[in-house]
Amino acid sequence: MIKTENLTKQFSSTLAVDRLTIQIPEGEVFGFLGPNGAGKTTTVRLLTALIGPTSGTALVNGFQVGKQDTEIRRSVGILTESPGMYDNLSAEFNLMTFANLYEVKDPKGQVEKYLRMLGLWERRQDEAGTFSKGMKQKLAIARALLHEPRLLFLDEPTAGLDPESARLVRDFIEELRKEGRTIFLCTHNLDEADRLCDRIGVFKTHLLVVDTPESLRNQLFGRKVVFHLKAANDDLAASLRGLPYVREAKMVEDKILVTLDNPEERNPEIIRLLVGQGAEIQFVGELRHSLEDVYFQLVKNA
Amino acid sequence: MQKVKTILRKEWAEVFKNRMVVFSVIFMPLLFTALPLIFLFATRDAGLSETNSDLPAQFAKLCSPELSGGQCFQVYMSSQMMILFMMMPLIIPVNIAAYSIVGEKTTRSLEPLLATPITTAELLTGKNLAAMIPAVLATWLGFGVYAIGAWIIVHDVAVMKALFDPMWLLAVFVAGPLMAILSVNFSIMVSSRVNDPRVAEQLSAVVIVPLLAIFFGQISGLFFLDSKLVLLFSLVLALIDGVVVYLAVRLFQRETILTRWK
Repeated sequence: MIKTENLTKQFSSTLAVDRLTIQIPEGEVFGFLGPNGAGKTTTVRLLTALIGPTSGTALVNGFQVGKQDTEIRRSVGILTESPGMYDNLSAEFNLMTFANLYEVKDPKGQVEKYLRMLGLWERRQDEAGTFSKGMKQKLAIARALLHEPRLLFLDEPTAGLDPESARLVRDFIEELRKEGRTIFLCTHNLDEADRLCDRIGVFKTHLLVVDTPESLRNQLFGRKVVFHLKAANDDLAASLRGLPYVREAKMVEDKILVTLDNPEERNPEIIRLLVGQGAEIQFVGELRHSLEDVYFQLVKNA
Repeated sequence: MQKVKTILRKEWAEVFKNRMVVFSVIFMPLLFTALPLIFLFATRDAGLSETNSDLPAQFAKLCSPELSGGQCFQVYMSSQMMILFMMMPLIIPVNIAAYSIVGEKTTRSLEPLLATPITTAELLTGKNLAAMIPAVLATWLGFGVYAIGAWIIVHDVAVMKALFDPMWLLAVFVAGPLMAILSVNFSIMVSSRVNDPRVAEQLSAVVIVPLLAIFFGQISGLFFLDSKLVLLFSLVLALIDGVVVYLAVRLFQRETILTRWK
């Protein structure tokens, strides 16, 4: 679906995208994370053939950026950072305009389908300017889907939305994912990325890392298991530190926090050891680092 | 062609919701049509007995020998006003065209629009026609109303013949649309380069200056428009239009427009 190789974009003295090399297969939801000004929107613009690369290559839906731009624009859907609706025109007119520009075969049918799907059918005759931010965002998503693209670029789809609207949009993205569409999702919302994305790429002018959220957590922080004991003491922690597969074991209040690679296999052994030493285990749980921790760690090190 | 029609429909639906634009498209043709009719009405009783020989040479140039001095004066005064019909297609579309690109920038609708498979030529043709058609139609309609009004007021075949000689028909039906093309493309060019709609309108208004020079040139007697001059003017205008259209397309750099706009 997307394949880039050393894709670079330079604006006079500013290097916006530096040798980006990624592959995103069909059906994947790819989260593109990075701080403001990292070059995320520039990357989306490059991949949707809105701007041309300075160097490097990119294939989108099998079409080459810079050479087959019209074909790329015809085959992808984009939700831009700002909805950019025609506020004086009705929701229906807005969508009909884009359906015709995308040469949709049954424009009326498609417009009705998405207006109904996103709960805007009853408001179809209202001017887009009278819509709330969330409704405008939904309208913009409908606009991106009218021509049924298999590849969608969503730039900050829930930015500035209230929790309810954000949830609606997220649920809709989830629906799109179930339909098997490929989604390139730029977001600042790390929880959203964690929930929706198969893989994430952390980007700051150049790609820092690409992997699944789970794998990134493990790489950066290892897996941590918390043993809640009735009465913990440092001797118990010290005995665990002696095990070859334990990377770290420390006391945190009445808990022992153990970092290790394969808890599924090693936990029973640790439990046996602790019980053998007289510890009373209340419960055991895995401590999950949030994607936010992963993100900050990566960006800090960049 | 389907995409051009879509842009045209969208532009009109948007533009004609703006009362100021509707006002400028209706008010200016009304005013510019009424003015020459008022002149004709005011001079309807000009001394019909006076002869051509009493008139200054530049007046007499306009008139055939069968017109009296009064009739000739009537023709002369009305001819000055006829330039208003050349101004209309130049002025009316400025508002629409100047806003066409920068307006999309300010409402942030340009990026989704450029993300569609529309070509630059299709987009600019749609924007061009959306601004040109109302201006040219309003001009022609105003001219038609003027012709009927003039006949009612003057009711004189000789004067009507002088008023509606081929030169003015050429000016209104050929030079007029050519001027609209110039005005629209110049305004679109400005609109795609600036970031503020007010700046776009101010800069686009510059296009009227050459025609004002012709207007004042003729009023002051520096020169008189005749068929040859209007024909020459139209040919030069067609050439300038070609250059301006080329420049408008060349200067419409999608990337620059998107990335320079904050």
